[in-house]
Amino acid sequence: MRTEISIKNTKSKFLGKVEELSGESIYACYQCGKCSAGCPSISEMDISPSEIIRLVQLGEEKEVLNSKTIWICASCFTCVTRCPKGVDLAKIMESLRQINLRKNVDYVSPLSIPKEILSQVPQIALVSSLRKFSA
Amino acid sequence: MKISYFPGCTLKTMAKDFEDSALASASCLGIELVELPRWNCCGTVYSLTSDDLIHQVAPIRNLIRVKEQEDNRVVTLCSMCYHTLKRANKLVREDREKLDKLNNLMYREDVKYDGEIEVLHLLEILKNEVSFNQIAKKVKIPLKELKVAPYYGCLLLRPPEIGLDDAENPTILKDFLESIGAEVIDYPYQTECCASYHTVVNVDLVVERAHDILSSAINQGAEAIVLSCPLCGFNLDNRQKEIKEKFSDFKGIPVFYFTQLLALSLGLDEKVCGFELNFVDPRHLLKSKHLTGRV
Repeated sequence: MRTEISIKNTKSKFLGKVEELSGESIYACYQCGKCSAGCPSISEMDISPSEIIRLVQLGEEKEVLNSKTIWICASCFTCVTRCPKGVDLAKIMESLRQINLRKNVDYVSPLSIPKEILSQVPQIALVSSLRKFSA
Repeated sequence: MKISYFPGCTLKTMAKDFEDSALASASCLGIELVELPRWNCCGTVYSLTSDDLIHQVAPIRNLIRVKEQEDNRVVTLCSMCYHTLKRANKLVREDREKLDKLNNLMYREDVKYDGEIEVLHLLEILKNEVSFNQIAKKVKIPLKELKVAPYYGCLLLRPPEIGLDDAENPTILKDFLESIGAEVIDYPYQTECCASYHTVVNVDLVVERAHDILSSAINQGAEAIVLSCPLCGFNLDNRQKEIKEKFSDFKGIPVFYFTQLLALSLGLDEKVCGFELNFVDPRHLLKSKHLTGRV
C-alpha cells in the first residue's frame, strides 16, 4: 500500500470527527497489529484494521472513507476484546460508516435488495443490514 | 419462578422452533417465561456512535415494558436481542444525562426508566438459577452418543463487559450440553463470526465463513452444531445450500438451537422441538441415535 502523507492532513477536522463519534482516542493505538491478526474478515478487506487506524491518525480521510474495509467489518468485537490499549475499533469503524451514511448516501439501498432475498432472509438480518448500510 | 420474556422478531417467524422449545423446556424446569406485552424491535444492532441516541429508544422502551410488569428482570433467547438490550441498559446506567434525554424522548410513557431492569439470557437462568446439575437430574433421554459442537458466535460473548461467559474460552454451552448427556466436540471456530447481516447482500462472504466454521467442527467429529442466535442459525443452517453449491465435497450437518436439544432430552413432545423448521433435517440423525420416537 502506497500512501502519500502530508502534515496538512494530520491537522484536519476528520480526526476530531472520528474521535467525537466513536468516543475513542485515536492516538492510543500504537500499531501492534493485534486487531488485524485476529480479524475474521481481513481476507475480504482492502485495508487492514490496524492500517485503518493509522490512516485515521494521519488524517487520510478519503482513503479511509472509500475503503471496502469499513463495510466488511460486521462488529464482531474480536479486536475490541483483544486490543492491549483498550481501543474500541468497532466504534471507530462505525463512526467511519456513519460519516459516509450521514451524507445521505446509502451503501446498500433498501430498494436494491432483490425480492427473493427479502422473502428468504430472517427479519433480524434485514434490519441489521439496513441499520449498518443505509442512510 | 416467573420471569418476563422478550422474544424479538425472528423468534416469532423463522426461529419459531427456538421459541416453542424454549418455552416448553423452561416450563418443564419450573420457569414460566411471560411474554412482554407491546414489545418492540430491539434494533438488532447496538448503535456504536456516541451521539446516536435515537436508536437507544427501542431497547430502552422494552425495558420500560418490563418495569410496567413490575418485574426487575427480562430474559431473551436471541443473542442479538440479548446484546442490544443489555448494552443499551449498561449505557444508560452509566450515563445519567443520556438516560434523562431518553426518558424525555419517551415523554408519553407512563413510567420513567431508571436503569433498574436486569437483562439476562436463558442460558444464564439455566446455569445460575436452575443449575446444570438439576437439569441433568431431569433429563429423561440423555443425548449419549450424539456428538455436538457448540457455536457461540459473537454477541453472547463480546465485548467482555456484556458477554455472559469468558470471551475467549467460553464453557457455558459445553457445560449445558454435557448436562443433557451429549458428547461435546471442541474445535477452534466456536467464537468466530459467521458474517452476520452480510447474508443479505454478500452471500459469498457468509458461505466462506460458514464453511470454515462447519468444516472445522465436522473435521473434529461433530454430528451437529448447537447455537443460540437466529441469524447465526440462518447462516450456518440455511446457507448450507449455497455452501454445497460452492464446495462440492461438503456433506452438511444439522444445526440446533440449544433449547431444541434441551426439550428433546427432557422427554417433551417432539412437536415443541419444531425439527421440521430446521433447514438441514436433523430427524434422520436423531433417529439413528435412538433419540426420537421413544416417547
